[in-house]
Parts: sequence; C-alpha cells; structure tokens
Amino acid sequence: MTAVHDGETAHAGQDDATEGRVYSVNGQDWDEVVQAVADSSEERLVINMGPQHPSTHGVLRLVLTLDGENVTEARVGIGYLHTGIEKNMEFRTWTQGVTFVTRMDYLSPIFNEAAYCMAVEKLLGITDRVPLRAQTIRVMMMELNRISSHLVAIATFGLELGATTPMLFGFRERELVLDLFEYITGLRMNMAYVRPGGVSVDLPAGAVDKIGEFLKIMPGRIKEMRKLLDENPAYTRRTKDVAYLDLTGCMALGITGPMLRAAGLPWDLRKSQPYSGYETYDFDVPTATSCDVYGRYLVRVAEMEESLKIIGQCLDRLSGSELKGRPVMIEDKKIGWPAQLALGPDGLGNSPDHIAHIMSSSMEALIHHFKLVTEGFRVPAGQAYVPVESPRGELGAHVVSDGGTRPFRVHFRDPSFTNLQAVPATCEGGMIADVIAAVASIDPVMGGVDR
Amino acid sequence: MSTDNLPGVPEEPIARLGMFGAGDSGDTSGYGRLVVRRPARPSAAKPYGGYFDELADALERAAGDVYEGMVERVVVDRDELTLHVARERLPEALRHLRDDPALRFELSLGVSGVHYPEETGAELRAVYHLCSITHNRRVRVEVSCPDADPHVPSTVSIYPTHDWHEREAYDFFGIVFDGHPALTRIEMPDDWEGHPQRKDYPLGGIPVEYRGATIPAPDQRRSYA
Repeated sequence: MTAVHDGETAHAGQDDATEGRVYSVNGQDWDEVVQAVADSSEERLVINMGPQHPSTHGVLRLVLTLDGENVTEARVGIGYLHTGIEKNMEFRTWTQGVTFVTRMDYLSPIFNEAAYCMAVEKLLGITDRVPLRAQTIRVMMMELNRISSHLVAIATFGLELGATTPMLFGFRERELVLDLFEYITGLRMNMAYVRPGGVSVDLPAGAVDKIGEFLKIMPGRIKEMRKLLDENPAYTRRTKDVAYLDLTGCMALGITGPMLRAAGLPWDLRKSQPYSGYETYDFDVPTATSCDVYGRYLVRVAEMEESLKIIGQCLDRLSGSELKGRPVMIEDKKIGWPAQLALGPDGLGNSPDHIAHIMSSSMEALIHHFKLVTEGFRVPAGQAYVPVESPRGELGAHVVSDGGTRPFRVHFRDPSFTNLQAVPATCEGGMIADVIAAVASIDPVMGGVDR
Repeated sequence: MSTDNLPGVPEEPIARLGMFGAGDSGDTSGYGRLVVRRPARPSAAKPYGGYFDELADALERAAGDVYEGMVERVVVDRDELTLHVARERLPEALRHLRDDPALRFELSLGVSGVHYPEETGAELRAVYHLCSITHNRRVRVEVSCPDADPHVPSTVSIYPTHDWHEREAYDFFGIVFDGHPALTRIEMPDDWEGHPQRKDYPLGGIPVEYRGATIPAPDQRRSYA
C-alpha cells in the first residue's frame, strides 16, 4: 500500500480530495509520508487522528491542523460509541435501569449506578431510609472503583507516551480491585450492584479479609508507581507545563474532577456537598496548582491514597458491631428488591432460601416478588438531579418521572463529555506530541461521553 | 350508564390510557380502559424555605422590573429549586445568576432536554443545572418551547460549557439554540433524520425468536406503564 496517492485509490476520490492532497498513513510508512510532505508546497497540514487510534483513549476522533509540528487548530469528533442507553431506559423498569447505566462510563460503573439509584431514591423520598450498611458498602465500592479507574488513567497514559512499565503496573494493580469486585458482586465490570434502596447482595464471607489484604498491598504498589514516575525526567518533561488550563478556563468550560483540582480549587462533592455519609469519613482533598498534565497525575495518585484511607474506615465500620449482619436493602416490601443472590457452584444466582420462602411459606412474599419483578415500583412524578464525585468529575443523574413504572427521561451529565471540550483550549498552540498527553490527562471514557 | 353520580374529572390531559399496552387481543386484564391523568402542575409560593428565598430575592433584585416576566413559575420539590424562565429572558436570567455577587453560579453542569408531548405549547424543555461554588448552592433553570417553534436562545456566550450540551439537546430533541456558534449534530451522524430522544421517535428493534417463542422488541412488549 502506498502512503501517498493522488486521489485514485479507494480512500478518497478526486472529488473528496478537493481540499488538497490526501495522505493515508498505515504504519511503517512514515518515511514515505514525510518525504511526500517535504516535497509538497502546502504549509498547512490537516491530520485526522482516530476514531480508531491506540492513543485516543477509545473511539475519539481528533482533527488537527498543523503548522510544522505546532497545532493551530484542534477539533474533536465524538459519537462513535453512542448506544442510546438513555432512550432504552425509558422502556425498562426503574430497577432494570441500573443494568443500563452501569455500561455508560465503563471504567467507573459503581458511580453511574450510585448516581442513578440516589436520584431514584430522591424521587421516591426514601433517601434517609436506605440502610446504613448499604450506604457504607456503596462508599467502599465507590472508593475501590475510584482506585481502579485512576489506575487505568495512569496506566494508559504511560502507554500512550510510550512507557510500558506504568501500563503493566497499573493494570496489575487494577486486577486486584477487579478481583474484589468479582468476589463481592460476581462480575468484574458492569456489575449492576447498587440498586434503588440499597445494594443487590451483602458482602460474602471473607470479603472483609480480602479487602484488608488489598489495603496492606496497595500502599506499597502506589509507592512503586510514584518511584517510577514522580521524578522520572522522561516523564516530567512530557507532562510538566503541558496542556495548561487554569481555574478560569476550567470554570468557563465546566471542567470538574482532577483537572479542576489540579488548577488549585479543592472542589470535591464528597466534601462540599456530601452524600452517602461522606461527611463522617476522614480524608483530604488533594490539589495541585500547576494546572498541567503533571499536576493532574499527582492529584490522581494522591486521591488513590485518600481512597485507601476511606476504604479502611469503611471496613472498620462494616465489621463493627453496629453494622455487622444489618440489612443491605431498604425494608420496604413495596420497593426493596426481594431476592438476595447466593453463590452456587455455577456462579451467582437466586438464593435457595428466598425461593423456599416465597414458594412454600409466605404468600405475601410471593406476591411482592412477582409484582416487583414483573411490574416494578411506581415513582411519584417529578424530577431530581443528583451529582456524585466520580473519578473524572461531577457525574450528575437528571431523572424525570411521570409517575409510572419506567423512567420518563434519564440524562447523565457525564464529566468525560464536558471535560473533552477542553481539548482545543489545552492543545492549540502546542506541539502535536503534547496532544496525546493533553487528551490522556483529561482521562475521557468514550462510553460515558457518547452514552 | 348515567354519569350524574360520578365525581368530576379534572380537565388536565391524560398521561396514559390503559395498561399493559395490549392492543392486539381482547382486554382480559380489565385495565384496558384505565385512564391515568397527568399529575397536577406543581407551583410553590413564598416562603420557599432554606436558601431558596434568599436566592429568589437576589435574582428579583438583580433583574428589577423584568423579574415578573422572567420567572414564570417557581417549583420547590424534593429540596430542589426550579425556576421556570421565559425563553426570551433566558440569557438575561443566566447572566444575573452567574454575575450577581449574591448569586454567583459560576459553574454550569450543562443542558438536558426533556420532551413532554402532552404539555401543549410547552412540549420541549431545556433544563440547566447551575452550581455556585462561592455559596455552595444549586439551582435548576427550566425553559420551555412549543414543538411548532422549537427555538431557545443560545447561552454559549455566558457559559461556554454549553457548547456541546446545546448541540446534544439539538441532536436528541430538535431544540434550536439561536445564536449557537455551530449548532450541528454531535452524537448522531450528520445526515441522520429525526431527533431520537423525542417521545414520538420509536425505539426500534426487532422481535427475537428463542426456542420457538417470539419476544417482541422492547417498545412493543406489554407493559405496566
């Protein structure tokens, strides 16, 4: 395959190429392209990067106008992963909605579920009646998820800059978290664990010990990561003073999360507008003032360390006498999902105890089970907006009900979607190599961007 | 049957007719003629409670005489304040909310569209969620426009973050934001026809056959809604 063509190959016909000559880069043909560009008299080069590109964090498309190696214009194209989740939810019950939202931002499923469930609970008016044990498990799962998500952010970031060790370290550590998720919920991702009214299943026996072990291993692993990257000259040169976005820019563009905290504002919803009992945990909000890629990395690493603190406090509470053996689902037979799951030889499934209960001892329980599973519960008409602090920033669930058994409208204000708008602001005027660093420091997850 | 002794029915449009969505066979459920009326339109009177009064007063002070024509309805529901703003006054209202020292809603969390086909004359809604970092407060601003004239002024010049959010609301609901720098589709392909999140846009899908039984597409199934 030749790298340069004059408009006669399948990639672009003569008419499509009216803007100028078209070069198709297929890998290992860089010399030919560079030679062809050098021979041409064009000053301006428009590069289409993605949507299928290993450094764009999924199916993100960037259209970059270059003057030499300087980016003069950066435009972002999204929509390649639009799956119509919000529309689909309007045709399922409120509980089924959880299995949809968990697939939006697939690196932080627990946050999607928590935001959605808290919005449904707010509409139902049962926020205060969600059991404390369920709240504590939610917090613990969210913080575990924050660690796994930040690990992917740092790992893929390393890989995109050409360093494989951070990638291997990051994914190795993330595996520890995913193993915990699998042990607790039965699934590594998209677990639909948080449900309106509580969580789907209590922690299995041994989960507390396993998480305790994780808490012992993890600080050392984070230290390893810090040793590898914090003062690595190759790393700092690629990240310091790159993709600068100050507080004014963040506010105007609606940027939240580590990007905002790297601009110096300690805005974290867990502290400023606490939910799920975050006000009772002891943790700090890390910030940086450099407004650059390196600052965002430092914030993420420090946040993982803070998350470990919170998880430790959750474990103490969950194994304490106050919460041990307490329910994890609201004790309202008209809302709380009736069935607890049980681990059988073939995986997580229906609990034999529950089946025995509804089939042979309680008629009311059978009726409730049948009504809740087939019809679902009705949610009083109205709308609610519930924000949570996801690893990427403010994740808000705007949920509208018309009083029926299905959501009337669900909209997710996904932080990746909004934060991606910062690409032109952070990339234009910089070098093309820094575009990769800039996009990676935003940490967009296209599943959440496109929904 | 005489209807003299039946209670009067409010004149609000109905939200749903029947149940289970049964249209192809006889109504064996007995719920086929069930009429579910639209919930009453909520409206709050002063005092709103909490910081809501302070907020509304500050906006009234900032807006002056035009406040009456600006804020059409105030709703306090589930500890959330919603200001229904007349669409022609929207940029002005948002500017006050952002700039007034007593309001200072610096951060906008974007625009979310909603389609209420039953609400004649106000079918399409654009919902703005604002957050004040200075005062640690939240407010929701809602504007409506009729299906026949789906125009809302763009607010990108006030909150630049609305750029993509307005494009999304246009893409999914067909709300035209006048004055947007480049109002194009964002999620759907450029040549897509229709606006998928509208209630009159079908979900689509095909029946699935499994072990001899046919399961209809999700929007064709019987349901309780």
